[in-house]
Amino acid sequence: MSIHHDIVVVGGGLAGLRAALQAKFAGADVAIITKVHPLRSHSGAAEGGINSPLANNPDAKDDNPEAHAYDTVKGADFLADQDAVDILCSDAPEMIYETDHWGCPYSRYGNGKIAQRYFGGGRYPRTCYAADKTGHYLLHTLYEQALKHQLKIYEEWMCLALAVENNACKGLIAYDIRTGTLVPISAQAVIMGTGGHGRIYRNTTNAHINTGLAMSIAYWAGVPLKDIEFVQFHPTSLARTNILLTEGCRGEGAYLINKDGERFMKRYVSEKVMELAPRDIVSRSIMTEIEQGRGIDNAYVYLDMRHLGEKKIDERLPGTKELCLEFINLDPVKDPIPIQPGQHYTMGGIDTNAWGETKLAGFLAAGECACISVHGGNRLGGNALLETLVFGKRAGQRAAELVKQKPNSPSPKALDQALKNLQAKQEELFKGKGSENHFDIKNRLAQLMVEKAGVFRTEKDLTEGKAKLQELKQRAKNLAPVTQEKRFNFDYIFSMELQGNLEISEAIFTAALERKESRAAHFRKDFPERDDLNWLKHILVNWSSEGPKLWSEPVKIIRYQPEERKY
Amino acid sequence: MKEITYKVHRFNPEKDSKPYFQTYTFPLKPAMTVLEGLYYILEYLDHTLSFRSSCRMAVCGSCAMHINGKYRLACNTQITSLKSKTVVVQALLHLPNLKDLVVDHTGFFENLIALKPWLLAKEPVPEKEYLQSPKERKKLDVVTECIMCQACYASCPVAGTDSKYFGPHAFLKALRFVNDSRDNATKERLHQVAGETGVFRCHTIFNCQDVCPKHLDPAGAIAKLKLAATLEKLKGKLKTQASA
Repeated sequence: MSIHHDIVVVGGGLAGLRAALQAKFAGADVAIITKVHPLRSHSGAAEGGINSPLANNPDAKDDNPEAHAYDTVKGADFLADQDAVDILCSDAPEMIYETDHWGCPYSRYGNGKIAQRYFGGGRYPRTCYAADKTGHYLLHTLYEQALKHQLKIYEEWMCLALAVENNACKGLIAYDIRTGTLVPISAQAVIMGTGGHGRIYRNTTNAHINTGLAMSIAYWAGVPLKDIEFVQFHPTSLARTNILLTEGCRGEGAYLINKDGERFMKRYVSEKVMELAPRDIVSRSIMTEIEQGRGIDNAYVYLDMRHLGEKKIDERLPGTKELCLEFINLDPVKDPIPIQPGQHYTMGGIDTNAWGETKLAGFLAAGECACISVHGGNRLGGNALLETLVFGKRAGQRAAELVKQKPNSPSPKALDQALKNLQAKQEELFKGKGSENHFDIKNRLAQLMVEKAGVFRTEKDLTEGKAKLQELKQRAKNLAPVTQEKRFNFDYIFSMELQGNLEISEAIFTAALERKESRAAHFRKDFPERDDLNWLKHILVNWSSEGPKLWSEPVKIIRYQPEERKY
Repeated sequence: MKEITYKVHRFNPEKDSKPYFQTYTFPLKPAMTVLEGLYYILEYLDHTLSFRSSCRMAVCGSCAMHINGKYRLACNTQITSLKSKTVVVQALLHLPNLKDLVVDHTGFFENLIALKPWLLAKEPVPEKEYLQSPKERKKLDVVTECIMCQACYASCPVAGTDSKYFGPHAFLKALRFVNDSRDNATKERLHQVAGETGVFRCHTIFNCQDVCPKHLDPAGAIAKLKLAATLEKLKGKLKTQASA
């Protein structure tokens, strides 16, 4: 069996759906492959909202794309590329209006306009929201459009390898999870829209599907990863489960308090900003409280929304209440919620330009798996949903143009080679000569990442972590035989994903060791200051058989010169 | 340490002539969910077990299953809440079984698609957002919250006996657009849901309302559509009589 499409989009979340829709609007023959039904994508778990300087809120009269851009760049600790940030913010209103016209049920003001709330790091209330389930509503809206426009979707197919020849992508090898078959798909352009690598951290807010495999597939194919040392820890993940509790809680006025009932954020930022500082700062503040003995059970602080009252909580934050009741049997109307920082977002990723293009011809990426970079060292809440739509659309548009302008000739040979490599790997896994359980290795890796590459980092921890990672890599070479069943073989899928988990983790350790400064989400206790002279640059990582190879590229600075990042 | 026993529905059509239950016993952790238990089995006891899951926070709709006599999401069901020493986990019963706890949801989504589940927008489309009052927006609460988990569909005896019956999920979605001030196709939608495989086939058994893990009300949606479709038909009829 062999399949051809002009454009294949990998991933059925917001970035993938928006890219595929745009390619279809531009007249291209496009298909999506996605390892879960599109509605199961992690985009649907986004809660708080999507930023756009619509100036609908009376407090936001003066808001505009330039103010949004400045907040984004400052939030990024000046590591974001400002040309890309300008695109993100100037295209934002169009994305909100478009999704409104497609039926997204945004919350409203009395005058009928879309409601907006405050989010961390924003000077104006510019986060459009639909209660606290914005991602769910946007994902369903985009899926509805996919149905309307009859997008071809290969459901429960995942990408396991790219086919590459002469530095051009010729397609990919898909794995049909329902039948257990490896299927070559020839394409003139492939767009990756597969989300982040959250699951390499034990304390992640991310879905089980967010393993970052597609990111490592690009990395193996020679595409560099950029800013990969920057990992966002969301301040408020629910105790025990690390399920996300939206920043919207604090946007609506919730407090963070320590075991003494004290609003501790005043120690770290100005009284005006308090709980609404950017995520990296709030996460570090919480960890400091816990480390200095002011946490609860040495692991949590409280998110307190009792003073908001039942009516406001039910109206604006119903999902948060539901999560607390269902997962820890706690009613946030009556009790403060135990929370801790949890891995939440991958700022780094597949190195792309502002059209989603990579250094591999015919291969593009958009959304969380990509790094343009619009988020730099720290993403502002509300900018991720926006990025998926703005840059998903652009990647789809660009791919359609590329296919029209300059045909990327098919290469059955490249596909055949990629297929043979995968078949050999599969055979090796099925035969497995060792006794190691790959799930156990993954669980140990996830614990290691939290301990050694978390909110606070040091040379000692990172070096130890990298050494332990090598031990895990060795163990991963001695796996017990993997199940050979055809249908829904999650043993095989997770064993393949482990290989990617290990590679991405190694890239994170290596880049984090290299960056000897503290900038936004990358905080080195042994180098606590930002060092623009030496480190105002992107670290890029290339895969090699001897280990990650690092190099760097300058940050694109246009309007906003780096200044002290104070809130 | 406390232990828990799972009895899990197993079926691999490649090699099994009929389904069977397999028993697993393992340590029970505080507040452990049914899904976490399934992951424990997959990771440490039996690598051949198949089940769908994604978000583990009750928003993606992947893990609806039949758990101790009721359709629920595995991810937001705490084991101790079942008040039983044994957790019995089965796949959704009315849907074709593909393997173990995984069902074929093709028909479920085809029935949804048949009702044109997308906004048929009012013209002209404004330059900015449609103006929608908070009161109009309020009509979209609840009806837009469905996660398409199939618990209602699996519990519905009508859907179980007629694969063409659109199903509670599709009707909830239809009402979502009927209720939307931006939608321009109410008449067409009401005509469609009143058809041969439509709302009037519902026997008002309320299973859908009973099982919905998001506490939504497909049965109520069906009742509202029945009423609206009836009034729409009567309106046409009365008009014809008046002009005759």
